Amino acid sequence: MRVELVRRPHPSALYGALSPFLALLITATLGAIMFAILGKAPHLALYAYFIEPLTEVWSLHELLVKAAPLILIAIGLSVCFLSNNWNIGAEGQFIIGAIFGSVLPVMFPEFRGPFVLPIMLLMGILGGMTYAAIPALLKAKLNTNEILSSLMLVYVAQLFLDWLVRGPWRNPQGFNFPESRNFHADAVLPEVISASGRAHYGFVFAIIAAVVMWYILNRTLKGFEIRVMGQSPRAGRFAGFSRAGTILTTFLIAGGLAGLAGISEVSGAIGQLRPVISPGYGFTAIIVAFLGRLNPLGIVAAGLVLALSYLGGEAAQISLGVSNKVANVFQGILLFSVLACDTLIHYRVRIAGRPSAEGQGV
Amino acid sequence: MIEAILLTIATAATPLLLAALGELVVERSGVLNLGVEGMMIMGAVAGFGAAQLSGSPWVGLLAAVCAGALFSMLFGFLTLTLATNQVATGLSLTILGLGLSGMLGESFVGLPGLKLQAWAIPGLSEIPLIGKLLFAQDPIFYISIALTVAVWWFVFFTRAGLTLRAVGDSHVSAHALGLRVIRIRYLAVLFGGACAGMAGGHLSLVYTPQWTENMTAGRGWIALALVVFASWLPWRLVAGAYLFGAVTIAQFHAQAQGVGIPSQFLSALPYLATIFVLVLISSNRRMTMRNTPASLGKPFVPER
Repeated sequence: MRVELVRRPHPSALYGALSPFLALLITATLGAIMFAILGKAPHLALYAYFIEPLTEVWSLHELLVKAAPLILIAIGLSVCFLSNNWNIGAEGQFIIGAIFGSVLPVMFPEFRGPFVLPIMLLMGILGGMTYAAIPALLKAKLNTNEILSSLMLVYVAQLFLDWLVRGPWRNPQGFNFPESRNFHADAVLPEVISASGRAHYGFVFAIIAAVVMWYILNRTLKGFEIRVMGQSPRAGRFAGFSRAGTILTTFLIAGGLAGLAGISEVSGAIGQLRPVISPGYGFTAIIVAFLGRLNPLGIVAAGLVLALSYLGGEAAQISLGVSNKVANVFQGILLFSVLACDTLIHYRVRIAGRPSAEGQGV
Repeated sequence: MIEAILLTIATAATPLLLAALGELVVERSGVLNLGVEGMMIMGAVAGFGAAQLSGSPWVGLLAAVCAGALFSMLFGFLTLTLATNQVATGLSLTILGLGLSGMLGESFVGLPGLKLQAWAIPGLSEIPLIGKLLFAQDPIFYISIALTVAVWWFVFFTRAGLTLRAVGDSHVSAHALGLRVIRIRYLAVLFGGACAGMAGGHLSLVYTPQWTENMTAGRGWIALALVVFASWLPWRLVAGAYLFGAVTIAQFHAQAQGVGIPSQFLSALPYLATIFVLVLISSNRRMTMRNTPASLGKPFVPER
């Protein structure tokens, strides 16, 4: 038995809409099998994982707290991916954004007032953009592979943050814990509905970013340019679009949004800098971008799904006693399923019984 | 002292060399597998676990190779049979590998590991200075050197190697000539997975015989960079891998000596060095373009 692909004359609209759901279904099935192997009743495990976190108000807030950075980063990444720029260093841009944004509350804690927060957010965006500019410039000017350079910079950013919070930025009143000082009240991103839970304005930023990016990508020349440069750089060149310009623009958008996510997370959810400020949001956002089919509005939905996978991991750890690493496994399986299902959009899949004479065997 | 340092450089370089050799063959067939880090970490966890269960580090090594190879087939099925985007699929292999190994290895954390003992070749290992360096290493070191020679010979001096390069340079022409593009690529990906698995096994059975989460620490990515650095030539990989081994060991020694530079900055050196050599090599267009497989990263669906 072997699998044959037959190219469709046009991409299938049906499967375009259906493939993310199909991927979720496959992931849930594989998840059930995995839980069964781990010796847990699959239906109870899946309930604890994917439904229970949605039944209480506080955990819905937590969902938004985790979805905010995922959506912000994924929107930026989708712009990069659409233009065929493989920025996979969002985790590093997130960290540098958080560090830039924290300069004011950590180094100048006596500087207070309503201006503190806007300055912090702008600094965060600037930080992420600066860090994303490195692989972008290297690619645009020197043709350096952006996948490897942007990823290497993640490790550098993590080590830099580690040095900061153990060294010069360590909290003078912190009993030698590797943490920065706590942000003062003016530097904390407020909660949206503080009476019911922790969800902060980061989620609002994410929604705004999604709508704005949808408009840019679908209704402006810049958005058209990004798509063309991704699908056919040659056609783009004839249209007078600049390769270097597109690389820089898309990386700066991605870096800026990742930086905004970083400072929002630190200022809204954590309240200080620590050696580790992200459970891999920058990498999980890659999955969000693909599950959302690189469409800003789809990404909002996908961000909520992946945020649920983090929450479910924590919930399953408590109620079922399974490792919270299950969340990362789910996320990996999900990305595989999404990519496999996307094949259905461009190809018809035929299962042939017997190899044909001149065919490609598997 | 010098001898001891040189000895550890080889230990640090071996996993990089192995993983890079595998990826070199994969890329020569026109496939870009960014999942090296994921296959490597699966090799590391499988190697450690199998050694624990069986009590033999050799069984561990075998398990590491099989785990890497098996895991690579997931990538192969998606990119070759389902023609998915190779960059995204490779990334998901890494993401899944890091998650899965973390889950499988949770009960191994803190356990003392089994070490694959070094083989000292009698007589030869007695030679001053180079004796210990070349003839008293761990078994995987010898495998890595033998494999380098084998890959070099295979790629450039055999008919099968020519076929591999033809498939990597133009899958359409290769298909028209009746070569089984997909099957050849499957075999290349399988070899790459086995090599990455063995590299991971080296980490958990020789380099630091224990299991820690994310213990590959970006080595799979550095191996990918090495392939570009070596411009797809096997013997240049040796130079690259040992250069990186040297940087890694140099920063360890600098940390131990306490040279007044924060340890984090020293730890960042191998990553910064990777970017540096990438920039160096890629700014020289003529050198990179000459050997780059022309179909690298492009999905292929045979026309019928």
